[in-house]
Amino acid sequence: MKRLRAIYYGLLLILPALAFGVERFPPPEFESHYHAPATQMPVPRAEWLFYLDIAVLAAALVLAGYLSLKRRSRRGLFALTVFSIAYFGFFRHGCVCPVGSVQNVALAIGQPQYALPIVVGAFFLLPLAAALFVGRAFCAGVCPLGAAQDIVLLKPLKMPAWLEHALGVLPYIYLGAAVLFAATGSAFLVCQYDPFISIYRTSGTPLLLGITAGMLAVGTVVGRPYCRFLCPYGVLLRWLAPFARWRVNIAQKECVQCHLCKDACPYGAIRLPTPAENPGGRREGRSRLARHLLLLPILLAAGGALGYFSGSAFATRHITVRQASRVWLEQQGKVKGTTLESDAVYQQGQPLKDLLRAASRIRRQFDIGGLLLGAWIGLVIGLKLVFLSIRRRRTDYEADPAACLACGRCYRFCPEEHARTEVLEKIG
Amino acid sequence: MANEREKVTRRDILGFGLRGLGALAAAGGLGALALRGKAATTETVWQIDPDKCTECELCATACVLTPSAVKAVHAYAQCGYCELCFGFFEDEPNSLDTAAENQRCPTGAIKRTFVEDPYYQYVIDEPLCIGCGKCVKGCNAFGNGSLFLQVRHDRCVNCNQCAIATACPADALVRVPADQPYLLKGREIG
Repeated sequence: MKRLRAIYYGLLLILPALAFGVERFPPPEFESHYHAPATQMPVPRAEWLFYLDIAVLAAALVLAGYLSLKRRSRRGLFALTVFSIAYFGFFRHGCVCPVGSVQNVALAIGQPQYALPIVVGAFFLLPLAAALFVGRAFCAGVCPLGAAQDIVLLKPLKMPAWLEHALGVLPYIYLGAAVLFAATGSAFLVCQYDPFISIYRTSGTPLLLGITAGMLAVGTVVGRPYCRFLCPYGVLLRWLAPFARWRVNIAQKECVQCHLCKDACPYGAIRLPTPAENPGGRREGRSRLARHLLLLPILLAAGGALGYFSGSAFATRHITVRQASRVWLEQQGKVKGTTLESDAVYQQGQPLKDLLRAASRIRRQFDIGGLLLGAWIGLVIGLKLVFLSIRRRRTDYEADPAACLACGRCYRFCPEEHARTEVLEKIG
Repeated sequence: MANEREKVTRRDILGFGLRGLGALAAAGGLGALALRGKAATTETVWQIDPDKCTECELCATACVLTPSAVKAVHAYAQCGYCELCFGFFEDEPNSLDTAAENQRCPTGAIKRTFVEDPYYQYVIDEPLCIGCGKCVKGCNAFGNGSLFLQVRHDRCVNCNQCAIATACPADALVRVPADQPYLLKGREIG
């Protein structure tokens, strides 16, 4: 094979003289009747099918609203849940989904060169629009993430109120982080750590499979842990659902204060009647509110400061920042060897100056973004404390429209519902 | 139950109007976001720009699918039909035959067949290809660069954000209009 080796080293010698991708060996003119096979170009999914997805989503939302509010049918909602798992989950592989679309919207706002695809825009908007009319119908039986958790729920444990309130802050933080990293074009955190997508794609990294297994295991005893304590899209639905035209009214005429609905709700969404007297007295309540109001600006400032100083740490999620710092260290001789990321920079011949300038621009974005994210977290915690110290009056057991996932489990436990459907008479 | 139905009040109609207006305003805002970019009139899909690709092999592992939706594609019109193909053979092959130890491809996904002296045809057996790009690297370094990586749209699930795009050190994954979903090289363009 001496001849081969000679050709090989000969090639190595002339290589630098040749530009990248040049035809070094002119394509032959064949003497035999040879026809090159055509390069196969399988086409993407037809465009009309994407619009079909939108239509299916809209129809499912309307149906979910109808089943949860008008028919009050848990069985119907369960059937819809199974359909959503099949269609949006296994058939569509969980993408595109409204939960992730928050990040596409943030990216479109943050990076002007990115055009928001119409389908993604529709997936973002439809469940929110539906929330203005029928509440969280999307969560009830359309969302494939919620559906996966809803069907594994075996024995919901009651969660202490303090834990529920504390964990309830997490979705706001997750939303803030998702928006920050998406708007800077760094990462789509919600998609990257989506705990259920690996089921629908029947594949995933070990980390993702671990998250999936953990979330499903927790989900057997805690009702929908992702929806209640992480889902960033749920935050938006939570804001809009209280303005819904129709709501979940468990007792349609008169609540008999039996608390059966509260025991039936696996998601802690039933609010109790408040005691006639404030337990700590009026004065104590008022001073607590005042303390928490004073705490609000302190939390805002502290969060903002922490976020500002974490900005440079967040910035390393952006590939340009990582590349710039790596190449810089290599040029200074502080590290030996190259990485995949620095190799790409050298191979593309990008001037170091441009790279460093781009990286410092992104770092500045992250300083401001970190400040905003920190302030947002402070604000959310502060407002949570303020709302917890405001006393509300309720005389009946009722579903909190913001937290209610409209799953329809409570209806059949309500004595009034029994009377309505004449179940009692049939039994008697 | 008909007699129990609530009367439609002025307040209800106002409420409907406001909710509808809110939804319309949000739709308008999103529409503006969609129209601001270039490729707004059609859906977009992910694709690899072969001129930016540095054949780092991350496509094989970063995709949410296993095996990856990225596979090697052969632009025959640009191919030199070399006997010693560096897309097919290891750097220093023992002999120029299809024995496994001579092949660069880890899964043996390239089929080499004799056409006429001294030309050989190389065809990618796509179900075997894992998208590592080792052949692309060899072909780009020593040959015509007729092998290149592309997102295969019969496999791609078109994620909100492509996981390969997040991992790609060369920023080679771009969104292209769905009606022109491939970025081809050289003579295959058009």
